[in-house]
Amino acid sequence: MKLRVNALEYLVDPPAERLLVDLLREDLHLTGTKRGCDDGSCGACTVLVDGAPQHSCLTLARLVSGRDVTTIEGVSPGRLSRLQRSLVETGGLQCGFCTPGMIIAALALLQRGTPSRDDILEAISGNFCRCTGYAKIVQAIERAAQEEGGR
Amino acid sequence: MNGIVGSRVPLVDGPLKASGSALYTADLTLPGMLHGAIVRSPEAHARIVSMELWRAMEEPGVSAVITGDSYPRSFGVLPITRDETMLAVGKVRFRGEGVAAVAATSPEAAQRAARQIKVIYERLPEYEDPEASAATVTEKIHAHSPGMTNLQKEVRQEFGPVEEAFRTAAHVVTVRGKFPGVTHAALEPHAVLAHYTPDDRLTVWSSTQVPHYLHRALSEVLDIPEHRVRVIKPEVGGGFGGKGDPMPHEIVAAALSRETGRPVRIVLSREEVFYLNHGRHPTRHTLKLAADAEGHLMGFDLDALIDGGAASSFGTVTTYYNGVLATGPYRIPAFRYHGRRGYTNRPASGAMRAHGSVNTRYSMEVAIDMLAEELRMDPMALRMRNFLSPHTTTINEFRITSNSVVRCLEASRARSSWDTKYRKLPVGRGIGVACGFFISGSNSPIHFTPPFPQSTVHLKIDVDGGVTIHSGASDIGQGSKTIVSQIVAEVLGIPLARVRVAAVDTDSAPVDLGSYSSRVTFMMGNAARCAAEDMLRQWQKAAEEITGRPSAEFRAHDGRLEAPGNISISYLEAVHQAMRHHGALQSSGAYESPSLGGKFKGARAGTSPAYSFAAYVAEVEVDVDLGRIHVKKVWAAFDCGRPLNPMLVEGQIEGSIHMGLGQLLGEEMRYRGTRLMNPSLLEYRTLSPVEMPEVECLLVGEEDPEGPFGAKEAGEGPLPPVLPAVANAVYDAVGLRFTELPLTPDRVWRALRQKERGGGLQKPPAPKVDAR
Repeated sequence: MKLRVNALEYLVDPPAERLLVDLLREDLHLTGTKRGCDDGSCGACTVLVDGAPQHSCLTLARLVSGRDVTTIEGVSPGRLSRLQRSLVETGGLQCGFCTPGMIIAALALLQRGTPSRDDILEAISGNFCRCTGYAKIVQAIERAAQEEGGR
Repeated sequence: MNGIVGSRVPLVDGPLKASGSALYTADLTLPGMLHGAIVRSPEAHARIVSMELWRAMEEPGVSAVITGDSYPRSFGVLPITRDETMLAVGKVRFRGEGVAAVAATSPEAAQRAARQIKVIYERLPEYEDPEASAATVTEKIHAHSPGMTNLQKEVRQEFGPVEEAFRTAAHVVTVRGKFPGVTHAALEPHAVLAHYTPDDRLTVWSSTQVPHYLHRALSEVLDIPEHRVRVIKPEVGGGFGGKGDPMPHEIVAAALSRETGRPVRIVLSREEVFYLNHGRHPTRHTLKLAADAEGHLMGFDLDALIDGGAASSFGTVTTYYNGVLATGPYRIPAFRYHGRRGYTNRPASGAMRAHGSVNTRYSMEVAIDMLAEELRMDPMALRMRNFLSPHTTTINEFRITSNSVVRCLEASRARSSWDTKYRKLPVGRGIGVACGFFISGSNSPIHFTPPFPQSTVHLKIDVDGGVTIHSGASDIGQGSKTIVSQIVAEVLGIPLARVRVAAVDTDSAPVDLGSYSSRVTFMMGNAARCAAEDMLRQWQKAAEEITGRPSAEFRAHDGRLEAPGNISISYLEAVHQAMRHHGALQSSGAYESPSLGGKFKGARAGTSPAYSFAAYVAEVEVDVDLGRIHVKKVWAAFDCGRPLNPMLVEGQIEGSIHMGLGQLLGEEMRYRGTRLMNPSLLEYRTLSPVEMPEVECLLVGEEDPEGPFGAKEAGEGPLPPVLPAVANAVYDAVGLRFTELPLTPDRVWRALRQKERGGGLQKPPAPKVDAR
């Protein structure tokens, strides 16, 4: 099967039971996508499939045949995006393990326009973070949204 | 001062983490790598009668199958209680314990083979209740428990005239607390990659908080000399105590690699992480406080029984901490403690953030709230009357140095508008206060006992002018790489970008006790400061050689060495001058903890070179129809001495409040008998971002005399006060006291209905003595 990941075309032949997260991590060596819970409750494995956030640990690799996948590595290759920079500068990450999924979830939100605080809380409510207590993550996304708006 | 210490510096590894390029253990692969899987026991307590391994051996892609007999030597984080094995030997002690392990060419192949291993068990009596473990049992979980009991540890301590205090007290309050276990739930599941090579060397990459303890355990269990074992710590996705022990799967991966001659990686599933546990102990205790008619505390009596699960882990320390860490921040003239830790057939308990101090702190602060009500005093006024002063000694001989608890209480009182709210908000809304204190590192090292230092830092600088920091302290997300960089850059007067922190690697990093007991900023920080000062002296000497001015006149600032009279050379000139004699420059600094504590048994437990202090106020709204507690805001006044990086300290406070409120409001390792009922993040529910209150951090501490640049800990002390602050606010809101956690809506709802039947909800009586 063919698929596009971060704007590159790949030809792969995953076994039927292979999950998208394992295809990305083990076969394509894109280890930025994390595995935290195995049941879709933590959001660390979130990637964009045709622009929409999706749990790669609940997605069979074969189901993304012909589709367009964006992982954390494809967000802003070689330099940090405004959102990523904002997370770093605001203290919105500590151990960093939830960060890729969090960024993908926030990215999908920011693409829909300037979000309210409630929009942000809702967008990341499926993303588990054990370090920050979320306050600085929300602040970082707000800041990125403002910068985006006032660009 | 160069202004690097004390400023809001973003994490030095932030860009790597935000871009997905930071490497965690599960991200690593080696050529020829195999995948390990562990077969786990479905029985909680059973003799292993037989194991059938051949079917697994014949599965395609399988390279090795091992059992506990390969390396049966026991290990444990404390050298006095080694009672864990790599895989079960002879019998299993908890459901989820490993009994065999497989290495195969893919994770799927390893799992398939693991399922082919048939084990025949003979069931033994199961123990789920530490009360039963303390009594006579028919089957011991571990042979070394005293007599026919399953006790792991018993502590008795008594200081001052306890009996007399309680006999003559004007007021005595009693809290019977009951707390289920909770677990760390760090987002990164434990992972390990081990490679045993033909030169008889073992290299292990692991998500560990303490590379040097793992290093020792690997050496001992596998019988490989320490100098042939190398442990490397990649990025760690959170620990909170759950990665502090050497863990069975780490030994298993090394054993499988030795067996197969190939690298072996094991990544635990989330379910396996729940069974590994080593989390906060389920606790039952009775806490009594005695006070005179003016509200001076006279005595403190505590009897605690904690559920250790199937292994000791840090439990001996926990048993002590449950008592000794509850005395501060108050002046208590008489203290008695009886603590017991029982083995049960549940996954082991161990150390979790604010180790051993959360549950007792809860009951202590609730008891003080109750005492205040009996005395008709504002609970802040009662606390003010009883605080320890700075530079004093507690009844159990803890040396207290800097202590800003009074400033903490004053700050949270002012910022929360306490005086206009306490007992004055409408029914259903309330405000509460609680305090706390915590160690800045355990003063007694577990291994490497004196004369060795607790922490050593090496610096190296070569022609490129970049300073490399070698330290064995683990950054597990808290930001210790950033703190050590700030300290070194501050002393050397160079930009942060000139400093790099080498990954922890036991081949190159000096021994460090790692990241637990909130020791890193204080101990590693002091070592780093010494190392940087040693390096600076080398630069100053070189500056003297270049300019002819005495070395002592030079100050490091802005990448230059400057002396009075407009003498200024770049630090690189000095470095290159100094290199003429020895090549690349190196320096070393160490921190050795002072001699502290009394002469009695257990006197060292809880001693620390410095303590953090805290006073939190929480405001809540109780949904009286649904029983839900909404925490509206927390004012968190914290004394971490001088915050070296206020942004990171706030992050620790906010994260601690999230974790503490989780335990208060819903988190629970839920058991039916010995069976864990919720081993997944879906069912073990932590607070979502929507449920988090606003947190206002108030960093009001003064410089500590012995901390690096005046700093103390901020990683664990911020957790305990939030639970009782909210519980006391709930009491202020609806007049209900809860001494059993968690405060889930069903429990609160039942209490509300009962209270309504007994006369209706109302505010408790207002105090006669207010906070002033």
